[in-house]
Amino acid sequence: MKRLWRWLIPLAAVPVLVLLAYGFRLSPRDIPSPLVGRPAPGFALATLEGAPLELATHRGKVVVLNFWASWCYPACYEEAPALARAWESYKDRGVMLVGINIQDKPDPARTFLTRFGHTFPNAPDPAGRVSVDYGVYGVPETFFIDRAGRVRGKHVGAVTDAIVRDRVEPLLRERG
Amino acid sequence: MSRRAAAALALAASLALPAGASLARSPDPGAAPSAAARAPASTVSEAAVHEVAAELRCVVCQALSVADSPSETAHQMREIIRDRLASGETPEQVKAYFVDKYGLWILLAPPRRGFTLLVWVVPFAALLAGLALVALLLRRWSRRPGVADAAPPPLDPEMRQRIERELSDLGTR
Amino acid sequence: MTADLGYGMTLIALGLAVYGGVAAGAGARTGRLALIESAQHAALGVFVLVTSCFALLTYAFLTFDFSVRYVATNTNLGTPFYYRITGVWGALEGSIILWSWMLALYTIILIVRHRVGARELYPWALATMLGILAFFLLVMTVAAPPFQRQAPVPADGRGLNPLLEDTGMITHPVALYLGFTGFTVPFAFAMAALITGRIGDTWLVLTRRWTIVAWYFLSLGLLIGGWWSYHVLGWGGYWAWDPVENAAFMPWLTGTAFLHSVMIQERRRMLRLWNISLVILTFGLTLFGTFLTRSGVIASVHAFTQGSIGILFLGFLALVLLTALGLVAWRWETFRSEGELDSVVSRESAFLLNNVLLVAAAFTVFFGTVFPLLSEAVRGVKVSVGAPFFNQVNIPLFLSLVFLMGVGPLIAWRRASLDNLKRNFLWPVALGIAAAAAAFALGVRSLLAALTCATTVFVAATIAVDFTRATRARLRVGESLLPAMGGLLLRHNRRYGGFVVHLGILIIALGVMGSHAWSVQTETTLHRGETAELAGYRFRFDGLTAVEESNHFKVVGAFTVSNGRVLGVLRPAKKFYPQEQAPIAYVDYRLGLREDLYLVLGDFARDGSQATIKLQVNRLVSWIWIGGVVLTLGALLAILPERHKSV
Repeated sequence: MKRLWRWLIPLAAVPVLVLLAYGFRLSPRDIPSPLVGRPAPGFALATLEGAPLELATHRGKVVVLNFWASWCYPACYEEAPALARAWESYKDRGVMLVGINIQDKPDPARTFLTRFGHTFPNAPDPAGRVSVDYGVYGVPETFFIDRAGRVRGKHVGAVTDAIVRDRVEPLLRERG
Repeated sequence: MSRRAAAALALAASLALPAGASLARSPDPGAAPSAAARAPASTVSEAAVHEVAAELRCVVCQALSVADSPSETAHQMREIIRDRLASGETPEQVKAYFVDKYGLWILLAPPRRGFTLLVWVVPFAALLAGLALVALLLRRWSRRPGVADAAPPPLDPEMRQRIERELSDLGTR
Repeated sequence: MTADLGYGMTLIALGLAVYGGVAAGAGARTGRLALIESAQHAALGVFVLVTSCFALLTYAFLTFDFSVRYVATNTNLGTPFYYRITGVWGALEGSIILWSWMLALYTIILIVRHRVGARELYPWALATMLGILAFFLLVMTVAAPPFQRQAPVPADGRGLNPLLEDTGMITHPVALYLGFTGFTVPFAFAMAALITGRIGDTWLVLTRRWTIVAWYFLSLGLLIGGWWSYHVLGWGGYWAWDPVENAAFMPWLTGTAFLHSVMIQERRRMLRLWNISLVILTFGLTLFGTFLTRSGVIASVHAFTQGSIGILFLGFLALVLLTALGLVAWRWETFRSEGELDSVVSRESAFLLNNVLLVAAAFTVFFGTVFPLLSEAVRGVKVSVGAPFFNQVNIPLFLSLVFLMGVGPLIAWRRASLDNLKRNFLWPVALGIAAAAAAFALGVRSLLAALTCATTVFVAATIAVDFTRATRARLRVGESLLPAMGGLLLRHNRRYGGFVVHLGILIIALGVMGSHAWSVQTETTLHRGETAELAGYRFRFDGLTAVEESNHFKVVGAFTVSNGRVLGVLRPAKKFYPQEQAPIAYVDYRLGLREDLYLVLGDFARDGSQATIKLQVNRLVSWIWIGGVVLTLGALLAILPERHKSV
């Protein structure tokens, strides 16, 4: 019996190796948001043109809240056409698309918007209060808020047509 | 004795004095530095902001704290900390706000409760285990105590006489 | 053409390494010298091929050969000449080539040095080295080939990571890798010892100098890394407990433990099992370090990439650990302890305590680094473990270790009598207490700072006590002062080299304490002409200028520094590289013996009318670098060849 105890030494390495192997299944950058399922934090900003932009005014609609920046290569540039298409197809169906521009300057932001022809409201977040309120840790990030004003999902990284569709359709089907 | 003392004292002093001299001139780290600039007027000291910020993880960096990171995001977070402290929140409340928004991982050191208590306890337990092992080992090694100064076995009187006789024989030869 | 040639050489090198490892092993088993000599030739072939690969890659860098993908991603037409050379090891593939080259070099040195003197152990050590070399060549061939083709050939490359355009980049990886790969040799000999059953002192004595050299380079790599972090990354610190920093720190801790515990085995024939386990642990940790850096399992500023390479490294780590520890378990019976001790108060105890503390610190760093993984695996909750944790748990351990540095060298072996303790420690303890009192009197209120002062003075005093006593002994015999001191250093170079290294550690400890306890910082926005003040220094914002460089564009701020009289102008900048998303901060600083002024440029107005800056006055940080220099001198002294014992 005593002879077998010594083999504990190499065996002790196994749990550590297993744990490290498990690490391959995780992504360190993929962090779940604690906001999902809770009321979306309100905000009152002004668009680049000066018009007010408040979350509360869009209660009753499904809101897609997209955080972006003009310096965010390549993801924000990849998703911008998809967002434009989403706006076109959903704006008359009770969906509000709102963009929040973080850590950016007005001129590059306007250039970005003009380049993709975005017509939905976009507001800069000058002191980063709104982005921290939403627990944003990178761009782009998109939040999906239901008619009752609750955050129902968050997508980190560029969105595609499919992602928008898969997230928005179920929320549309819900009655407010 | 005195020469050795002098040498030792000189060496110690040469190391301690520069440190001491810098101590004498250093300001109390808690004092708020002045700025003849347009810093926001606040009653919150830099040190207070720094203390909270040092425990929060900068979300766009890898391992830096919000206090250390030079990034714009960290700067904005520091401003938020400053505002919250100025409006009367305690450091605990400010940290709770960030945890509420980002999750537990925004804290640079896990809370000492629940599962994360493990990370504080296990290394300490390992140290104790190591010390216990060393103590055991030392006991085992010194299980033959006093070998060096065991008293020599008492000498048989007959043997003593014989030795003395032979020694004196040696002397006369 | 280059790509194909390079790939071909890599393949042949891999084949030779595999052949050499098998041949050496077979030669060791059967005793046939021809096989061992064949293995030696194979090793030489591998070295020549890897050197050629390295040279070929460097040539591709220097000639802007963008047909090689690695060149295209790590350089562009604007990259300056010297960064084109150092950029060779700036990313994953190049780092593997560098590692492989060093392993090959060490293998050749091993052959040259030990071919004759270690008949039993040498063949197995050679086989192990070649086996490990084969693995890294496998990685180079399969997972991270440096000679992959880039088609179509781009007109310009992407460029080197701007953070790497720095002198630290030239030296940090080289020193660090020399340290990591250096520990492969003691490991190889430990394997040889286990396989042949000769677990006595032979393998230790053979690898003694290797251990010191590897340990030194690892220390140097860590210090340069700290320096690079301090003056490049722009956060004003030198150590962030980042996972990859930790990965390099852990083998340093266990390597230091190993360095000390071998002394017990040499003198007293004890701890043989422990020593072999320590060297296996150290080598395993170096592999773990490369695994962490390259697998992306834990996010880090160093992380190169994800992909199949992580799996390869994990697999190899598993193979090494299970084989080596399995051998230890197999040879368990032969580890019979011979040692005896008369008292717990002895040098053996001090060394054992040293080992426990160092390994406990290594374990703490390890557990803290993988705990986020554990938390997610068990609870599904992501947590962070960072500086506050590591500092709180490790600092008491390190302080105790510093204290032991003073006790260990002077306390007697086996049993320290009261007289011995008094002779050696009375004055140092008194001076230590006096230092703490002096610190308190001078205004120090941090307990930690006072304790550090006391401990460092104590240790310095013990070194002084030993040195003066030994010098006096020589003086009494008739020698004059300088020859006496010089003779001491040279004749007992291991001991006094160790002392000098300890002195270096003391200076570093004081630097760390100073920077933690007494540094101040602030952040403010200034308009042109306005002044900010910190710790008696005034910083006046003079304006911004824009400068175009060969591969980037930078905005430089000018700040006049004065403390009563004008000291100079600091120019922190923000560099904009086309290939990077966010601008890179370029710190400007003014170093001093007592304090460093440190300035980072934050946000600024386009017209240069205002700028946000982060100011720091860091105290005693320069002592860390000075301590590093002293440490270097000590290590050099320690590895000098031993002189003939002449009085």
